[in-house]
Amino acid sequence: MKFGIVINEGPYTHQASDSALQFTKSALAKGHEIFRVFFYHDGVNNGTSLGVPPQDDRNLPNQWSELAEKHNLDLVVCVAAAQRRGMLDEDEMKRHGKEANNLVKGFRISGLGQLIEAGIQADRLVTFGD
Amino acid sequence: MSTLHLVNKSPFERNSLDACLRLAAKGSAVLLFEDGVIGAMQNTKHSDAINTAMSDHKFYVLGPDIKARGLNDDNVIDGINVIDYDGFVDLTTEHKTVQSWL
Repeated sequence: MKFGIVINEGPYTHQASDSALQFTKSALAKGHEIFRVFFYHDGVNNGTSLGVPPQDDRNLPNQWSELAEKHNLDLVVCVAAAQRRGMLDEDEMKRHGKEANNLVKGFRISGLGQLIEAGIQADRLVTFGD
Repeated sequence: MSTLHLVNKSPFERNSLDACLRLAAKGSAVLLFEDGVIGAMQNTKHSDAINTAMSDHKFYVLGPDIKARGLNDDNVIDGINVIDYDGFVDLTTEHKTVQSWL
């Protein structure tokens, strides 16, 4: 079955990103396809490369990035939500004349159309949030 | 093939469980996870609501989230099925739609 995952909450806030990660891992292990993971609202903060959690704590952005690399996942960050919160990739950095960018490898910035498409293409859309 | 409702907050914190039980169509399923697992515990002021709703809905609770909170599976209301993440994924495939009560 094809899944779309939506995450509306940042890492280390409550549990949305952790729950979504566990759910995604389980779904992949069971042979399901993850069509897309869409990060919306504060969820875009899951894509930061600048977080430095304590060594004995999980690094959620890296865990998503590693899972994406292993399973070729499409991790999409909402552009409008990202701009408000200072989440930029290299293109957005240049476009807005900023001096840094901070999107973890494996994530990409795109628009809400990607969420709509996930809703249409996936058999199930599962939303995690606060 | 009905709806799976996801409730992730304690009934002592939010009214999402109450709203879900009030509005969910008969025959749908409810999964309590994250802080929502607190709603699955016996002998709280919210237990009766679930006991009553059990004739209309199937109830599930996520075991790892019970454990993460230092709670005990033995205190889960009789009739609520304790499942793991694999069971969570299965539930989403067995129901036609998934509704998160955020």
